Amino acid sequence: MDFLNAIALLTNYIIVPALTYGSQLALGAIGVTLIYGVLRFANFAYGDLMAFATMVVILTTWYLQSLGITLGFLPTALLALPIGIIATIILSLFFDKTVFKYYRDKKSEPVILIVVSIGVMFILNAIVRIIIGPGDVIFMDGARFIIKAGEFKKMSGLNEGIALKSTQVITFITTIITCSILFYFLNKTKTGKSMRAYSNNEDLALLSGIDPTKIIIYTWVIVSILATIAGTLYCLDKSFKPLSYWNNLLPIFAATIVGGIGNPLGAFYGGFVIAFTEIGLTYAYKKFLVYILPEQLEPSSLVQYISTDYKFAISFAILVTVLIYRPNGIFKGKVI
Amino acid sequence: MRNNLDVKLAFGVMALLLIMVGFLQSWGVALAILNLCLISAVMSMGVNIQWGYSGLINFGVMGFLAIGGFATIVISVPPVTEAWSAGGFGIILSGLILFTLIAGIFYLHQKFQSKYKNYLLFFLVISVIPIMKLASGPSISAIESIDAATSGFLGGFDLPIILSWFFGAIFAAIVAFIIGKVCLGLRSDYLAISTLLISGIVVSFVKHEEWLTRGVKNVTGLKRPVPFEVDLQNSDWFINFVEFLFKERLSKITNLDEKIISLNDLVMTSSSIFVKLSFSIIFSIVLITILVFSEKALRSPWGRMMRAIRDNEDAAKAMGKNVVKRHLHIFMIGSAIIGFSGAMLVTYDGLFTPASYQPLRYTFIIWVMVLLGGTGNNYGAILGAFVVWFIWIESAPAALFLINTLMSQVDNTNQLKIHLIDSIPYFRYLMMGLGLLVVMRYRPKGLLPEKIIKS
Repeated sequence: MDFLNAIALLTNYIIVPALTYGSQLALGAIGVTLIYGVLRFANFAYGDLMAFATMVVILTTWYLQSLGITLGFLPTALLALPIGIIATIILSLFFDKTVFKYYRDKKSEPVILIVVSIGVMFILNAIVRIIIGPGDVIFMDGARFIIKAGEFKKMSGLNEGIALKSTQVITFITTIITCSILFYFLNKTKTGKSMRAYSNNEDLALLSGIDPTKIIIYTWVIVSILATIAGTLYCLDKSFKPLSYWNNLLPIFAATIVGGIGNPLGAFYGGFVIAFTEIGLTYAYKKFLVYILPEQLEPSSLVQYISTDYKFAISFAILVTVLIYRPNGIFKGKVI
Repeated sequence: MRNNLDVKLAFGVMALLLIMVGFLQSWGVALAILNLCLISAVMSMGVNIQWGYSGLINFGVMGFLAIGGFATIVISVPPVTEAWSAGGFGIILSGLILFTLIAGIFYLHQKFQSKYKNYLLFFLVISVIPIMKLASGPSISAIESIDAATSGFLGGFDLPIILSWFFGAIFAAIVAFIIGKVCLGLRSDYLAISTLLISGIVVSFVKHEEWLTRGVKNVTGLKRPVPFEVDLQNSDWFINFVEFLFKERLSKITNLDEKIISLNDLVMTSSSIFVKLSFSIIFSIVLITILVFSEKALRSPWGRMMRAIRDNEDAAKAMGKNVVKRHLHIFMIGSAIIGFSGAMLVTYDGLFTPASYQPLRYTFIIWVMVLLGGTGNNYGAILGAFVVWFIWIESAPAALFLINTLMSQVDNTNQLKIHLIDSIPYFRYLMMGLGLLVVMRYRPKGLLPEKIIKS
């Protein structure tokens, strides 16, 4: 019984939150990695692109809610996703045409492109904050919980409950579906293969008749879809605040590099690696140990490796470790 | 700087703008802008030394500024004796343990040869945190519990605050040494991301280690290198001085009571201007000193070597230059200057607020300054700081003015108008972004491009 209690405790406080957080990071990291693989720069504006996409989704949701359209127990935001995706695609293609294309044609150094993406970041950040304001926006509707902690306790007869928020389940399922479609697209379809070819060796891809403009448009479209989904899932789970997307960008970068920059599958796993270490190292294991250890060995302290204040530090520490031991990431980078 | 018409012109225009602000708004505002321009100029020179001289991308500016600010606390705040007696011994002991651990790790890294060396180092580094927690935990909670509402930290060494600027530079250089050892071998984009992440860690350290910095509870009432306004208002020589300055205006007032009231007013405003002016003088001295030294460095063989490394690393290596070491040095020098300016900033504000360190404001705006002004050119970096800070401050009134003129027909209760006026602070980000993109596109070398030095 104690053992089951310990498992339930871990599931509730580590596995479920980490799977949710990891899904959000994974979706974001795949976006960053795709941009890196095809367009060859680290896009610092990605966090604010997610914020913009989410903002459109929120505005659409409000409109739908005012019309009285809802999705029952699912959040209405899912219905608003397509509008958000279309708006984000238009925005990305606009910035690509007006900003990034010039430097791409000039074959500028990656550093210059990073700097330019910071300019885009400033603009997007300002737009989002001007339109929707800097504060918290909560627009969640639908069912809040699938299983409540109390119900679970009653059902199983354990001391420890497992609470399952509907947003957590939605996040995980949506991520799995999106990623499966994406990997099918990249590995099986002709367009996906040509994207991978272009990322792997630009000159060779051009020689074999792959149209670079098309590839770049496809990339921005996919990236915008991912950004919208990732941003919306994040704000459904937490809440919407323009600056929180910027803070989320750093673990996303860490996940990207850990998984091997330019490698989508690596980015997917990288997101979960970061999420599990971050949550696993900041969790206080005292209660868990009390369950599984005999009484004499019970710890008196919290048994927490590092306090939650240093979540940042963990993603960075993983990053440095990976860069020292496997400079190309856990999975080989630079290949889509 | 001979025959540099563009430099003179640019700074002339800038001075004119500041004087205009003085006449249109007030001299206090103009001086406040000038002071922050001067501090930002020091920051942007630090970044310029790293990015412009040798092409190192450092997105950790915020972290080094926070270290500089932290130095002002440690150096200038009077020590809290009860806290020292409660936990001082434990803190010193754990400091020694930390030092030995780090020294041991570095020693092993250099001397120890084995297949398992990397794994051993990894476990050593990981074990630092739990060991430190065990060693310092009790003393930290003892310190934080002493008078938590007003103090609850160790305090500092009660030294003059100007000294803390130099210590800010030293601390920043030490941190830069550690970061540089780990990260400088990385590719440029990895370096950018790593430094950004590290600056986040530094700020969260400053924010959460309350026994050292009071964290989010802030430290207020710092010392100043110049007199306080209140002291000036009560000192006879200053009142006499103001009376002497405004003799003519005062002599026109015949009523004695009115005369005293207006003299009081004048003393009030002049005391704040006097303080700001003294700050401006000190900051200008700092800026000019750093400028002279970095210009000299740029023209020396050292500067030539740096440019060679930046422009063609492989060729420099082939000529026998130790690129890794030079990069480390310049990373430390630039970071030291940034740390220095961070201490200046906190001194000028008079308070240390760790929660205010945001990467947008303290990393990327500084970068916009350097890129806009002109990378590799110190005058450009200074000009960039002036221009950007001026826009940063003045864009809010300008946006308000624009909204009011464009929407003068619209009712004041109009939702859109209210919303726009509420979001005025964010227009400056829009301006920054647009400015950066325009400069990068049409003047990629900045407003004052780097001069090719023939020597």
